[in-house]
Amino acid sequence: MELHKLRRVYIEFASFVFHDGILDNQYTQLQQLQDESEPKFVLQVGTLFLEDSEKLLNELRSILDQQDVDFEKLDAFVRKLTGSSASIGAKRVKDACMAFHDCCKKGSKEGCLKCLQQLTAEYRLVKRKLETLFKMETQILAAGGSVPLLSQ
Amino acid sequence: MGNPLPSSRAAEAFPAGLRVLIVDDDPTWLKILEKMLRKCSYQVTTCSLATDALHILRERKARFDIVISDVNMPDMDGFKLLEHVGLEMDLPVIMMSIDGETSRVMKGVQHGACDYLLKPVRMKELRNIWQHVYRKKMQELKEVETHSIDEVINILRNGSEDIEDRHLIDETEMSSMRKRKDVDNKEFVDQELNDPSTVKKARVVWSVDLHQKFVNAVDQIGFDKVGPKKILDLMSVPGLTRENVASHLQKYRLYLSRLQKQNGGTCGGNMQSDHINKTIKGKFGLKSSTNVQQDWELTKYACTTENFQTHGIVANAAHVSEMNRVAPAQVIASKKALVNDAQLGLFLSFKGMLPSIREKACKPLHDERPVMQLMQYPEQENYSVLEGYSCLANPDRDHEPCFDHFPSSQPLITSATCTNGKDMKDLYEMKPLQPAMPPMACTIDSVSIQVKHGLVNLQDTGAICKLEGSPSIEDCYLDETCNQGCFPLTYEVSLKSKSDSDSMLEDLHLYSVQKLSYLENVSCTGTEIYQYIDSVPITEVQRINLCEDSEPSGEYLYDPVDYSIDEYLFS
Repeated sequence: MELHKLRRVYIEFASFVFHDGILDNQYTQLQQLQDESEPKFVLQVGTLFLEDSEKLLNELRSILDQQDVDFEKLDAFVRKLTGSSASIGAKRVKDACMAFHDCCKKGSKEGCLKCLQQLTAEYRLVKRKLETLFKMETQILAAGGSVPLLSQ
Repeated sequence: MGNPLPSSRAAEAFPAGLRVLIVDDDPTWLKILEKMLRKCSYQVTTCSLATDALHILRERKARFDIVISDVNMPDMDGFKLLEHVGLEMDLPVIMMSIDGETSRVMKGVQHGACDYLLKPVRMKELRNIWQHVYRKKMQELKEVETHSIDEVINILRNGSEDIEDRHLIDETEMSSMRKRKDVDNKEFVDQELNDPSTVKKARVVWSVDLHQKFVNAVDQIGFDKVGPKKILDLMSVPGLTRENVASHLQKYRLYLSRLQKQNGGTCGGNMQSDHINKTIKGKFGLKSSTNVQQDWELTKYACTTENFQTHGIVANAAHVSEMNRVAPAQVIASKKALVNDAQLGLFLSFKGMLPSIREKACKPLHDERPVMQLMQYPEQENYSVLEGYSCLANPDRDHEPCFDHFPSSQPLITSATCTNGKDMKDLYEMKPLQPAMPPMACTIDSVSIQVKHGLVNLQDTGAICKLEGSPSIEDCYLDETCNQGCFPLTYEVSLKSKSDSDSMLEDLHLYSVQKLSYLENVSCTGTEIYQYIDSVPITEVQRINLCEDSEPSGEYLYDPVDYSIDEYLFS
């Protein structure tokens, strides 16, 4: 695909992602930080986020697998994931985390399981979107263009 | 950002090359913050463990200007790290967190943080951190100066050099003397700061050993009889000056007062020196950092009757704007406080804030506007929440920091609340100084909202308005997005006063969103993603913060959030 089209598709795709609240302005901030000294900055940050989140989700699962759920420990990991999701602008993941936090406070195992389900779903969604964005960004760069800054 | 320093090459280059240590266990944030700081031309060192950070700091003591740390660390509580750094290295520390709950922020402040940033952190916030370094240097200089003045005062009045005897001196006189000296000193201080070598002479690093010697000396003398000169003599450390000891003694007292509060609940009246000795027992443990109570309590001390005087500092909302922060916190006096006393004052142990406090007077809360509220939303971005506290001064008494004696010897307790989703209950339980309209929220099912064209001018109407919602999407180019139909758009309105609510409601008319569609040709500049063609244009509503020096942030939110209208409307 030629550069012009690549960019257009990228913008349109990204606009939907932003629209649905999957990513927010923080992503744009990261784009703005990217420069010649670190041309793959956003990609690196995104990759770190995805790796870190997988680990955290696994931790959450294992805690909830226990007979006696340690809600404080659970909450601590939820908080970590909240912070992490805020770094890339994964808004819906962050919101799901906050709902999860409330469930932890209540100490409801059932509630927390549901929250984890929701959180996992949101995470998978943002993961897909990010991977698509990264792919397109790489294509644009390979075609010699610059990645358009997404602004709201 | 303005450059307050006189023009000279050194001054202009000042913020660049600032040596920052970042501590965060989240690898993503560590990377981002490092990038941001480098963009500010700062020298950055990163660290993912608090213990590593301390190690680095202790090793290369003179090599950092400021530390930024996350609150939640796996190996050590961020607040503990904060205290260590403050005591051992005396560096300004900025705390960071995803959590902006007032109690947490308060804890940070109590432990000596010079700022508290909320994640996601923005570039502009990081750009300004040099101010903390500058301010601290100024403060140190002033401390040196102040202690000299205090000595003079003591000699003149009592013929003694002990700080303890200051209690007998009329505090207002002293503070006005200090003020005068401050004004005279300003030029001197500015000059001093241009030459970093001068500043460095004044600073002594209080290592653990040195501090232990200090504490031993204090114990030996007896806490009520202690004074810098006596301590200095006992310590017999060459090169240590009386000023160094005096300023450290001050910090120590602050630390103890925090311990006191934690152990003894309200600390009014006389504090027995034995009690203090019991709680600390010579060792400078930092247990207090983890035990500080959640609820924020300010205790006022009857100054003249104590042996143990806390150094009362009054922060105010003006200071907030000075620090480029938004959303001053609301301070609500409890019923008891209102009834008991003619004069209300707030004392806040506030490390590292001395100079600005002396310059700005305590501002009465009641005058200009109705009670201001700190509104926090879960989606809130980039607001660092180091608030100022409006001083609830007696309307008749104007702007003196309240060091006077007070008629009641009972401590007055005041509490702050922060209104966010969770803490809204607190607001109802407290009796505000003035009747404040509780924040309102509305849900409109399957109907959307038209907001007044352009900005809702919040300064006038006194409300925070947020338009949230996900419009329907047609003409999908990619299969990833689904047709979701017409989402309910909701808005949340927070109001300050009853009169405001009426006018606000008049401005908001409801009608439905028919159709939202995208322009077929999205321009390739990529600047405008959302272009709506519609018979009913929905103008984006900017989220505006209610504060003294705010400007619209220019950020738009598009999340469906539901609030119930009945609960709050017309109550």
